[in-house]
Amino acid sequence: MASMPHLEFERDMVEVQEQIEKLLDVAERKGIDVSGELSELRRKLESLRASTYRNLEPMQQVQVARHPRRPYTLDYLDRIFEDFIELHGDRSFRDDAAVVGGWASVNGDSVMVIGHQKGRDMKENLHRNFGMPHPEGYRKALRLMRMAEKFGRPVITFIDTPGAYPGIGAEKRGQAEAIAMNLREMARLRIPLISVVIGEGGSGGALALGVTDRILMLEHAVYSVISPEGCAAILWRSAEHRGKAADALKLTSSDLLRLGVADDVIEEPAGGAHSDWDATAASLRQAILRHLGELRSMDSETRRRARWAKYGQMGAWSDND
Amino acid sequence: MAWFRKPKKPLTSDDRRDVPSDVFEKCEGCGEILYREKLSRNLHVCPECGHHFIVPADVYVRILTDEGSFEEMDPGLRSADPLDFTDLKPYRDRVRAAEKKTSRGDALLSGRATLEGVPIALAVMDFAFIGGSMGSVVGEKIARAGRVALSEERPFLIVSASGGARMMEGIYSLMQMAKTSAVLAELHEAGIPFFSILTHPTTGGVTASFAMLGDVNIAEPRALIGFAGPRVIEETIKQELPDGFQRSEFLLEHGMVDRVADRRELRELVVRLLRHMWAPTTPEPAER
Repeated sequence: MASMPHLEFERDMVEVQEQIEKLLDVAERKGIDVSGELSELRRKLESLRASTYRNLEPMQQVQVARHPRRPYTLDYLDRIFEDFIELHGDRSFRDDAAVVGGWASVNGDSVMVIGHQKGRDMKENLHRNFGMPHPEGYRKALRLMRMAEKFGRPVITFIDTPGAYPGIGAEKRGQAEAIAMNLREMARLRIPLISVVIGEGGSGGALALGVTDRILMLEHAVYSVISPEGCAAILWRSAEHRGKAADALKLTSSDLLRLGVADDVIEEPAGGAHSDWDATAASLRQAILRHLGELRSMDSETRRRARWAKYGQMGAWSDND
Repeated sequence: MAWFRKPKKPLTSDDRRDVPSDVFEKCEGCGEILYREKLSRNLHVCPECGHHFIVPADVYVRILTDEGSFEEMDPGLRSADPLDFTDLKPYRDRVRAAEKKTSRGDALLSGRATLEGVPIALAVMDFAFIGGSMGSVVGEKIARAGRVALSEERPFLIVSASGGARMMEGIYSLMQMAKTSAVLAELHEAGIPFFSILTHPTTGGVTASFAMLGDVNIAEPRALIGFAGPRVIEETIKQELPDGFQRSEFLLEHGMVDRVADRRELRELVVRLLRHMWAPTTPEPAER
């Protein structure tokens, strides 16, 4: 049988998974009882998963964050929210499928949900541009955020992108301006804003949906100023050193929590979000509701000033004066 | 057909014009040998071809402020190397080397000044300091200068020259984009003018934050300005980029900057804009 897409360090787990499936197949065809062996194998798989995912190196975290079976924005939309109505277009140039957004409700409350959207196969990825937005994607996002502001509804963003697309059309239409404008305008909004890094938080293209009152991260998500490959190519002069770059960049969720950038890290199931979409979505839903509740209890100007103060203190410097 | 073609003579070392670099400088634009002092008087613009040399931050202080009015702010801020970052060499060493080279604590000089008598806040990036990259110190100094502009109601000018975010400070350097933009949001709401002056080169996280947020964006001629660097784009799309791509004139054509202005006309342009955008300052009362 063809094995499912997996990462190198997942090979042992995939092998056990295949043994389980083979055993089930045999049991069904021959009608024999395999429950003993089966539970043994399942225990083995669980402990393998737990130990592997507890001790991931930063570059492995990056691989998990980019896992082809990891849930994307629309997968969480289905599981966390009800009554999602997608809204399209930036009213200026076109609809960018690398960003999705629209009204949805959670726990009976209307919210605006916006996120990067990757594709799962080549055809879908060409449509979604691998989750790399053009300026019109960011402008659509800003349009939807302003709509949420108009109607006093919170905004929840899902961040999952390798980065903003570097291309000729993107530069012509002002990729830098589109990102910059989102940063400034998100800072100004009076509604509650929550961002969740669900996979890859790729630089300015990620941040353009990420100036929010709360920054949440899934356990195996990463958030970085540059990809480990890009960083290694520049500073180590070869992308082969991406492992060293991933270590040095401090891009894992625990790093970001320690550095005071992430406000909360949401634990994933033992084998990562891709091993159990529903469980991941359920934990994420709880976290979103909790933070939304806290933010709603603040008045809008206090909340906005707290947002400014939060970004105002980011960084590390000494003052020799 | 080819009778008029110049005989192909390979260039020899005799053809190279070696000049003593402390007195003369060769123009990167046209190859003309220029007398350094004259070049400096011409604000480091080639009198022959108009090429704008990359210059240290204090040149813009000279251009954009009244003589003797500039008071530097926060000269003592230094990077704290939050990630203890080491690639082929430690980040600390890179900072130290840059400090020695530029006699500056980081890639930005900021201060209060007046321009034709109007109090302003000015921040100028220095490309010679680790490629003008933005880390915590650049972000913090811009944020502080912005807050001074806000509380003292001074128009804010930033002159950019940067390769983007400083990756050796990881996520903190990315967050400086949000930090600087958030201060500009306050300034915007307060109705205080912000001028962004983009010089060669301005790319990456600096372009994608404060440098594109001017009420008026002004670019120096032929400056490379963009989000992604040209090499990254070429590698992504696997084709050569058109001539003039991501240059100031290209940005003007595509609506991303308001004006392309020669460095020698920059001061006058800003002064004239300020007259339209900022109420003339009445003289301060003698006692206050």
